[in-house]
Amino acid sequence: MPPTQPELAEQPDTGSETGPDTGRTVLDARDLSRALTRISHEILERNRGSRDLVLLGIPTRGVHLAHRIAAKISEVEGIDVPVGSLDVTMYRDDLRMRPARALLPTEIPPGGIDDKTVVLVDDVLYSGRTIRAALDAMNDIGRPRAVRLAVLVDRGHRDLPIRADFVGKNLPTSTAESVAVRLEEHDGEDSVTIR
Amino acid sequence: MTDYLLTGARILGGEPSDILIADGRIASVTDVSTRSNAGDVETIDATGLIALPGLVDLHTHLREPGREDAETVETGTRAAAMGGFTAVHAMANTEPVADTAGVVEQVWRLGREAGYCDVFPVGAVTVGLAGERLAELGAMADSAARVRVFSDDGKCVSDPVLMRRALEYVKAFDGVIAQHPQEPRLTEEAQMNEGELSGRLGLRGWPAVAEEAIIARDCLLAAHVGSRLHVCHVSTAGSVEILRWARTKGWNVTAEVCPHHLLLTDELAATYDPIYKVNPPLRTQADVEAVRAGLADGTLDIVATDHAPHPHEDKDCEWQAAAFGMLGLETALSIVQHTMVDTGLIDWAGVAERMSAVPARIGRLEGHGRPIAEGEPANVVLYDAAATRTIEASEMASLSRNTPYAGMELPGRVVATFLRGKPTVLDGKLT
Amino acid sequence: MKKHLLSAADLTRDDAELILETAEELRSLADRPIKKLPALRGRTIVNLFFEDSTRTRISFEAAAKRLSADVINFSAKGSSLSKGESLKDTALTLEAMGADAVVVRHWASGAPHNLANAGWSRSSVINAGDGTHEHPTQALLDAFTMTRHLAPEKGQGLDGRRVAIVGDVLHSRVARSNALLLHTLGAEVTLVAPPTLLPYGVDSWNVQTSYDLDAVLPKTDVVMMLRVQRERMNASYFPSVREYSRRYGLDARRMATLQDHAIVMHPGPMIRGMEITADVADSERSVIVEQVTNGVAVRMAVLYLLLGGAEPAITTGDTVPEPVEGSTGPTTGDGENDA
Repeated sequence: MPPTQPELAEQPDTGSETGPDTGRTVLDARDLSRALTRISHEILERNRGSRDLVLLGIPTRGVHLAHRIAAKISEVEGIDVPVGSLDVTMYRDDLRMRPARALLPTEIPPGGIDDKTVVLVDDVLYSGRTIRAALDAMNDIGRPRAVRLAVLVDRGHRDLPIRADFVGKNLPTSTAESVAVRLEEHDGEDSVTIR
Repeated sequence: MTDYLLTGARILGGEPSDILIADGRIASVTDVSTRSNAGDVETIDATGLIALPGLVDLHTHLREPGREDAETVETGTRAAAMGGFTAVHAMANTEPVADTAGVVEQVWRLGREAGYCDVFPVGAVTVGLAGERLAELGAMADSAARVRVFSDDGKCVSDPVLMRRALEYVKAFDGVIAQHPQEPRLTEEAQMNEGELSGRLGLRGWPAVAEEAIIARDCLLAAHVGSRLHVCHVSTAGSVEILRWARTKGWNVTAEVCPHHLLLTDELAATYDPIYKVNPPLRTQADVEAVRAGLADGTLDIVATDHAPHPHEDKDCEWQAAAFGMLGLETALSIVQHTMVDTGLIDWAGVAERMSAVPARIGRLEGHGRPIAEGEPANVVLYDAAATRTIEASEMASLSRNTPYAGMELPGRVVATFLRGKPTVLDGKLT
Repeated sequence: MKKHLLSAADLTRDDAELILETAEELRSLADRPIKKLPALRGRTIVNLFFEDSTRTRISFEAAAKRLSADVINFSAKGSSLSKGESLKDTALTLEAMGADAVVVRHWASGAPHNLANAGWSRSSVINAGDGTHEHPTQALLDAFTMTRHLAPEKGQGLDGRRVAIVGDVLHSRVARSNALLLHTLGAEVTLVAPPTLLPYGVDSWNVQTSYDLDAVLPKTDVVMMLRVQRERMNASYFPSVREYSRRYGLDARRMATLQDHAIVMHPGPMIRGMEITADVADSERSVIVEQVTNGVAVRMAVLYLLLGGAEPAITTGDTVPEPVEGSTGPTTGDGENDA
């Protein structure tokens, strides 16, 4: 039961849903593609190639982004980087604060994550709590050699000492604003808007 | 002894009259226009109230001796008075069972001491209600309690030979066998009416045929030996049909229906709340319609409460573990008004017939079930049919609280009850 | 979903599908090195068993422990002859211990309803089998198993699938819950039994009935055999074990009349040689062992969905809002919702 509306990088109580077209576009489809290309190159550069690399997207849009990054790496390197998904729902620190949520897929690539360099991929980095949950979730699955973080948008306002290694766009925001990431695979178009 | 003048009372719902009660009897019944200064009497303004003869219950469980934690003769008769009753028949399934002259005399004496209403013990048909051999019916009949109604109620006299003998034997003293019609093999561990709902709820079904088969058999037996038969708590449409047929034959069969079977249905079992667990079980809406019609057309002669008090712990548990039965005395008249009078099926004279005159006649009671007329014993109820009340379990005069009507709004309220000229209830309160 | 799971009839189609989808995610946990999730850390779950059922208790216990809940096993058996006060007193004790959920197995139909509604306790109540009434988690695990075999594609349901439930339907809580749940999920259920072992009023259930197993088998996608106790013979439900087996038992000859894709199920414990022969129970069509595995995943899903979210105490009324992704606005993609 995936939601049909775009997901907002914001807590839900800031303003009502006023439709997907409102807000200011900060990245269009071309910007978004360019940002992912740059992230892909940076990952390869940092990792000195694609060896022992695993991309784990955080559902839902992080998984689509991980697949796009893997495709771009494949174009450059000619090697298929394993891609998986990591659901963090049960590891969230606000699990008890809202009604029980449906689980999303966790799919670990066949080679596992032990001794791999795992790049977590998410769409928006905000408080850092999701990434904290993802690190915990990963702990129950294996022991990577290193964990990196790639996000499409970093909008600031961290609650935890977490930072991204690869950022598509740094986007200064106020806490009253919402950031919406829309992806072709899920929302029918590529864009990042703010309102 | 204080004399009372009840002014403006509508006897059986008729024109306002003044009823003068003196020395335990009705001294006069006069038109209000001829009212004179009555002298040294206490006047009770009964304007707008209905006057009925004191109600007679043929089927009450007073629980004493043995289960004084559920009810005593004292508390049970207080509840009876609050419900407008001046006489109750105390069922025999006590501990020890009322199957000897000694036990029935004990109950009879306790009733006289309590003084809230007359208590007429029912004697057991068989020793210990075991259904194996006859109790000393004659000794109970000859005792101070003068027992005329015999019943193993709670258990069926299922052995046809034993039932035949009992029917025959009580003819010697004009007794009657009040049968609890429940074929035991068809109702082993039964929990609720067998129907679509019992299957879904996983509660063992209690088929209508288990009641109807016994009623049919007993009608035939009573006819064969020329005896009187009374059928307890008729609950199914099929039973009404069989009794209607027996009546066309002119057989000496009478039958009762309980207030709860006039109103409640088996749908209530879906709550698994044992407050609705009763024997015989609540049936379907079609059965409710049928027993109402049977009571209206005289196929079912009387209303009897089957007042069955149980302590809290016997009802505050799983359905299967809970006891059968519900309170009835204090709500019976309201339920009858609601289901029979307010629906136009019978009038207040019909109520008096079915809740006083006929039950007294079946029980061979003298001094009860008499009309409100000069010279008759002053057993009178004043009833406010225009009132409504919300039933509160905690306000019951009964020692127990297992009323299925808690929270329901019911019509009518007993304002006063007189037992041989002495008020047991005044202003809606026990005296 | 409601606060309690008392009957399969409590579940809407959305509820049931959510449970099955959640179970599908949780089933993969069995393949991971650490078979544990933190979702119910600090929650206390009591297994309250008034009737022996080792397999059901173990299944719930494993489910709760894999979700990191604290589990207390409370066996109160042997009270079927005593009065029900013990259920109430037990409930008050559990309440005092701060149980978040009570998994209850009871010999009396409706006992979980009493526990949930009598005001004795505020815990969530999960019916783990009550008398001859219901066993909703068994129905869920059966539906889950059927889905995995007959509708493996995501989003594929059991619509139009034919399920034959064979045996002592009258006394079976599994049959009742399955009939309700499978109807909700769009499957067509046929109850097959001698007329004595079908409940009175079964015509009003949303099922078909048959007295003829051989006529039903070739058309069915699933055949679920129910346990038949020998004692039923003494109560004249059928004349002899041999006659029962001959008319309603599943043996190799009958199994051969099934369609190729059809599966054989049994809620256990089986009586081999009575309702099912050993070679059928151990055949490739039999998913009986898998039912057990799936039981843990399904019970995890139920526990998680009932207890994983907001405390029932801070929701209004008797129901917890639908646990739908992004129910308070879409958040899961980035999930960076502030605490």
